[in-house]
Amino acid sequence: MTTLRALPVAVLKVFALALFAFAIFGPLTNLALWSVAERWYTPFKLPVTYGLRYWEVVFRPTGDAMASLMTSIWIALLTVAVSLALAIPAGYALARLKLPMRAAIMILFLLPQAFPSVAIYINVARIFYQLGLTGTVGGVVLVHAAHGLVYAVWIAAAAFAAVDRDLELAARNMGASPLRAFFTITLPLALPGIIASAIFVFLESLDEFTGTFFVGVPQVSTLPLLLYNASMGGNYQIASITALILLVPSVLFMLFVERFLRADVLSKVGH
Amino acid sequence: MITEARQPPGGGIGIAVRDLKVAYGGTRVLHGVSLDFAPGSFTALLGSSGCGKTTLLRALSGFVPVESGSILLGGEDIARLPPEKRGMAMVFQSYALWPHMSVHQNIGYGLKLRGASRAEIDAKVTSVLSILGLAGYESRKVTALSGGQRQRVALGRALAVDPPVLLLDEPLSNLDAKIRLAMRHELKSLHRRLGLTAIHVTHDQEEAMTMADEIVILDAGRVLQKGSPEEVYRAPNSPFVAAFLGADNVIAGEARLDGEALAIRLPNGGETRMPAARRVEGDCIIHFRANAVHFGAGSTRAGLRLAGRITQSSYPGGVYRYEVETPAGRFLVDDERRANPGEAIELLIPTEEMHVFPAGMPSA
Repeated sequence: MTTLRALPVAVLKVFALALFAFAIFGPLTNLALWSVAERWYTPFKLPVTYGLRYWEVVFRPTGDAMASLMTSIWIALLTVAVSLALAIPAGYALARLKLPMRAAIMILFLLPQAFPSVAIYINVARIFYQLGLTGTVGGVVLVHAAHGLVYAVWIAAAAFAAVDRDLELAARNMGASPLRAFFTITLPLALPGIIASAIFVFLESLDEFTGTFFVGVPQVSTLPLLLYNASMGGNYQIASITALILLVPSVLFMLFVERFLRADVLSKVGH
Repeated sequence: MITEARQPPGGGIGIAVRDLKVAYGGTRVLHGVSLDFAPGSFTALLGSSGCGKTTLLRALSGFVPVESGSILLGGEDIARLPPEKRGMAMVFQSYALWPHMSVHQNIGYGLKLRGASRAEIDAKVTSVLSILGLAGYESRKVTALSGGQRQRVALGRALAVDPPVLLLDEPLSNLDAKIRLAMRHELKSLHRRLGLTAIHVTHDQEEAMTMADEIVILDAGRVLQKGSPEEVYRAPNSPFVAAFLGADNVIAGEARLDGEALAIRLPNGGETRMPAARRVEGDCIIHFRANAVHFGAGSTRAGLRLAGRITQSSYPGGVYRYEVETPAGRFLVDDERRANPGEAIELLIPTEEMHVFPAGMPSA
């Protein structure tokens, strides 16, 4: 009896799971197909000829793609450095000190996300133009950092808040100065969270399009801009390969979060 | 088990707390506490939660800022020094062991800060671990230890720096009952051997009585009574202390001073005379422990006799325990004799077990 009744439920579950998997993996499969399709046109449901010619084009050392990739990584690393330099002290202060208007400060970091980004970036571009920052890596890094700080600060604050206050006090009690206690106890214990926020900022920067478009173009070309140009130009192979490259760090990050970030840290994000 | 390893006694330093006031965010928690801790003494700060005992300990260790007053450690006022300059080692209720460090690193941390060489640290960690019965645990991760072992490592970390003062913040409250009892005796004998000044915060009366030489009872940020375990148990100075230490049965009566004696009379009948521990005249309240009462029949002890009826009986071992209903209330009574529910008996509260206070003194 029970098996009979359980059967429709099981079928429904499998169906739902298949639908879900298709929604996620369908577009990815399409990307993968495009990346190895040398010729593909209607009415064919599948590529006409397969080959790795476009991969070779992308990874050619002198090609635009490699240059864009390097620029993207360089900008992302600088963005991480700038964000962490601000997020570590800010996160600690938000987690530990009794700050007046703590909630207001937390919201302040959220503001860059709260308004239509195009409107913001047009104004940023105008101001940066006066400062001579448009078309420079520095300008793009500043835009990316402003965008990434909300994650960096919120996650860092949660990571510090998850470190039991008594652990710090125990270090002070044993004779450590506040700075010493921070670097030997608090920071090492908050490190998984800090690293997660760094990776998050790195990925956000790698992915960022709008700000780079308004502030960096034409001198600074990142991978998303290349992807945009390629797909606008009808070159789906280059666009697909670029998209797949952008996918790799995201997947690695998911694995890291799943492995290292504890639930008690995640639960404190935004508090 | 603690092995009898030889340890040079560090020697404790006395502490004098003078009119210490501490406030949290505008709320006063300690209202002018003055206490003396003799060098090498073991003092228990006892009170219910929120009485200020933990705050007092944290004020001593420098974790909470002092509003006014002084803390003299061997004559030097340390009330305004940061925690790292106070020379007091604390064992936290949560143990507060650093999970990213090994047992060796946890215990050696304080020595490393003091600039000890690697060899010195190794030797000290080994000796501390052997005293605590954890020899060979150096490279273990603290997260892989049991509660009792963590507790020892936390104690070892504090003892490794040879502190003149050891602060214990309910260190046994997270342990299983059996380990807790064993640790009481180990801590006590360790203290006797090392000779440091220990201050122990607890809400457990038995723990305080068995471990400490001196007991300080706190309530609402004030010291109510300080004395040896026998003193506070036998002669509580207030209804609060009496009730807190188990004498929580109360009957109202009337007292009259008659020379050196106190004549007590109950409204529903029953009277006795006893030596006047304090001068009480007029309406009074009498505190006594349930287990200090027994059947009156056949006893010649002086005391208050109340007529009652047994409502319940049980046998927890050794003696029978009865619940007895009297005009003055229901009391638990221990007696060796066997009686049945419904039986009418006479109940005796011996005079030496009665703590008489003037009516209207604040109670628990």
